[in-house]
Amino acid sequence: MKGTNLGEFEELVLLTIAALLNEAYSVAICDELAGHTGRSVKLGVVHAVLNRLEEKGLVKSELGEATKARGGKRKRFYQLTMQGKAALVSAKSMRDQLWARIPLLVWEKM
Amino acid sequence: MNEQQQHHPPSWAQRFVEWYCKPGLVEDLTGDLHECFERNLQSVGPRRAKLIYIIDAFKFFRSYTVRRSIFVNLFMDRTMLGSYVKTSGRNIMRSKLFSFINILGLAISMSVGLLLIAFVLDLRSYDRFHENGGRTYRVTNVLTSGNEQNGKFATTSIKTGQLIREKVPGIDAVAIMRNNFSGDAKVGDNILPVSGYWAEPSLFRIFTFPMIEGHPETALKDPYSVVLTETAARKLFGSQAAVGKAIRIDTLLYQVTGIMQDVPFFSHIQFEALVSLSTAEQINKNDPHFAAWTNMWSNSVYVLPSENADMDAIRSQLGALAREENLAGENSSIRLELLPLYNIVVGESLRQSEGGPGFSGPHMPPVVLWILGGLAFIVILSACFNYTNLSIARAMRRMKEIGLRKAIGAGNNQVRLQFLAEAVMISLAALLLSFLLFLLLRPVLINMAPEMQRMVKLSLTPSMVAAFIVFSVAVGVMAGFLPAIFFSKVSPVNAFSSTSVKMFKHLTLRRALVLVQYTVTLIFITTTAVGYVQYRNILAFDLGFSTANILNINMQANKPDALLKELGEMPEVTALSRSLITTGVGNAWGGNMKYKDSRDSQLVMTNHVDENYLPLHNYQLVAGSNFIARPATARAVSEVIVNQQVLKRFNIGGNDPQKAIGEQITLNGRQMTIVGVMQDFHYGKVEHLIGPVAFTFWTPEDRAIISARIQSANLPATLARIGAAWKKTDPVHPLMAEFYDEAIENAYSEFSTMIKIIGFLSFLAISIASMGLFGMVVFTTETRLKEIGIRKVMGASVGNLMYLLSRGFLFLLSVSAFIALPATYFFFKTVVLPHFPYHTPVQFTELFAGLLAVLLIAFMMIGSQTLKAASSNPVAVLRSE
Repeated sequence: MKGTNLGEFEELVLLTIAALLNEAYSVAICDELAGHTGRSVKLGVVHAVLNRLEEKGLVKSELGEATKARGGKRKRFYQLTMQGKAALVSAKSMRDQLWARIPLLVWEKM
Repeated sequence: MNEQQQHHPPSWAQRFVEWYCKPGLVEDLTGDLHECFERNLQSVGPRRAKLIYIIDAFKFFRSYTVRRSIFVNLFMDRTMLGSYVKTSGRNIMRSKLFSFINILGLAISMSVGLLLIAFVLDLRSYDRFHENGGRTYRVTNVLTSGNEQNGKFATTSIKTGQLIREKVPGIDAVAIMRNNFSGDAKVGDNILPVSGYWAEPSLFRIFTFPMIEGHPETALKDPYSVVLTETAARKLFGSQAAVGKAIRIDTLLYQVTGIMQDVPFFSHIQFEALVSLSTAEQINKNDPHFAAWTNMWSNSVYVLPSENADMDAIRSQLGALAREENLAGENSSIRLELLPLYNIVVGESLRQSEGGPGFSGPHMPPVVLWILGGLAFIVILSACFNYTNLSIARAMRRMKEIGLRKAIGAGNNQVRLQFLAEAVMISLAALLLSFLLFLLLRPVLINMAPEMQRMVKLSLTPSMVAAFIVFSVAVGVMAGFLPAIFFSKVSPVNAFSSTSVKMFKHLTLRRALVLVQYTVTLIFITTTAVGYVQYRNILAFDLGFSTANILNINMQANKPDALLKELGEMPEVTALSRSLITTGVGNAWGGNMKYKDSRDSQLVMTNHVDENYLPLHNYQLVAGSNFIARPATARAVSEVIVNQQVLKRFNIGGNDPQKAIGEQITLNGRQMTIVGVMQDFHYGKVEHLIGPVAFTFWTPEDRAIISARIQSANLPATLARIGAAWKKTDPVHPLMAEFYDEAIENAYSEFSTMIKIIGFLSFLAISIASMGLFGMVVFTTETRLKEIGIRKVMGASVGNLMYLLSRGFLFLLSVSAFIALPATYFFFKTVVLPHFPYHTPVQFTELFAGLLAVLLIAFMMIGSQTLKAASSNPVAVLRSE
């Protein structure tokens, strides 16, 4: 299946969603990512990724309460699904395993 | 915060996002955009923020955000079209009266459009058969003599052609044509009058006139060679071969060197024969003036620049060439211009040559086409108004349908499309009917004037049919535009609730449409009435001489004596006279007159008449007498009869006619004695002021027009006898005879054509407007039947009810009359009539005659329907609920 592997940016977005807890909506994610990675993140790109993640079933979303800001438009809040969590965990564990295989010597030589 | 809230993201970009975005995504997408926008307001200011918003709005246009329906809409609409056609068809069938009014109105108005389209397409097809037509030009001469602009002439000098050929580079071919070659071609006993041009071999290089026999390069080279068209050759030689044969045209012997295909109908040059230009050079070799730069009255020069010639360079070369030639001229200068071949027929009006025979051919100034187009557009618009009006008025019946459509998911666009489709269907149905009308009207239009017969055929071509269909769809869209907008705005909630309230909402629009319709109709009809009365006044105008029962016979090239004798023996002919030209119909013959001051000369209009001319036409002599001497040669003519304007112009005898008798004047360099003074009369047409006129004695050297006063109980028999007498004098040419009154009528034929066209249009306008009014009245009375019933029960009389029902319409009619009548009056007073110095003022009777006719028809429409409604039995009406 195409959707099982996470791309780098997808992983970052997933992590941000997890980190933001209940405040994870597109603009906030965008800001958070930009703050932490130091690169400029385009809203359109984040939107596309969120959409893709939702299609893969890694996140779910629901509309929040209407507020006066944003021209009266509701925010769409994202949450990780079980699959999303599993994907993050498996990605992390895969990395950890790889990290564990690196002998300390290698670092010292460099 | 307050400051920022004044700024909003561009609403069209927002709507754009809402349009393309999936419904599920649209809210948070626009929300995000808005949030970013507010943030950008703070950081980069409102202008940049708006720009970023717009850019982002476009950036979000991605495969996952765009809703599927936009891609499939086109396909969907195709499937829905079938449904639209079906419902429209049902709707048309359901309300037969309204559909009938709509279709008939559109058909009538569209037939005008079809005629105009056919007319314009015919005019545009002129000269398109020439292969090099796109880069062929005719030289235009712009003459300035003294300080006076004499205008642009279609003709030029032979010298111009020769100079262009020698000096201007970048030109493939130059063809000089000398106009008005004509004569009687004679082969054996076969005599045929032929006309054509003197032309050069290069003519065949420029124009696509295919030769059947003979060589295009050599056929027109040698003097006295002639190329005949196929038809002319067949008429002269029958089935025998013509090439190489001798042919006598008038007195000269020519050799037939070629036969060419007949000239196509849509060619601005028409001829039966071409004679080599070298012939004309031979004949005129002793005339130094023949090829002179200033002899620009009877030649045309066509040039064919090479494929990628620099037209600006050629034009400036022509300018230089003209400047050089003008140096020799005394006080006149000529500028050369190039007129594209395709702009000859539909294009600027060029002058015909002054004094001599001019270049005549089919011509139509674009402004006339624009005016006709505008008038046709107004009539069509009026029919579209009917459609709009009736559709909106009957909206109530369609509300539920629209509501239902919308409730099950039809968008505004689809409703709009549905109503446009319906209108287009109606207009296509109208096209069929109007095509029949077109076929009926076509011969009427073509036969309206002889010029029309020579100008257009109006036969169907594929492009014409295509234009008709496109036109009909365009009319449909125009008619359906307002209803489509109106119905697409209907909200489903309103559609199902109180329906009757809705229909009164657009009353102002409908009233305005009716008002415009009737104003236009009234303007049309009063213009026709006033124009017609003015035209009758012109025809009945007292020219200052009598024209009744006078037959003018043009002797052509024959001597008048024999015919004069024959006519004199007929008992029906009571008087006879000879003259050079017929006056009062636009013909002119001029001469320079001087009195005592040899530097003061004046162009006066002249005619050569015999001693019987003045009494026959009842010219009034104020002083002096008829001609006393009867000279036989032009050299011996020494007497002149002048009108009062001459005395006034030169102050002869202190403006006293009696004292002027015996005074000497000079006319065309010859000394003459004034023997009589006539009362002023109209020498030219009545739109011109009366100028000085002088009559001198007719001599046998002049061409002759015989005027015969006829008193006959059996006119056809008399004319037949005159025809027989003519045959003895001239067996070849047909008799050219015309009653003076008819000649005057023909002289003003352009006015009668104009009045016929406007009259026809106003007839159409009034029938369309009446049909529309009828539809509206039927509708209003139908919807108010119950109200009428209740009013009747409460004691209203029939008269009261009729007044109640027709009040609104009558008000509209009087308002439109109030606009239309003064508008027409001032149009005539300030635009038309100043061109006619001797006009009669516009009478109120003409103005109100049209109004009366329109009102009468409207009253009949309104009256019949309201009477029907008002006299209906209230019991029957009210019981149905």
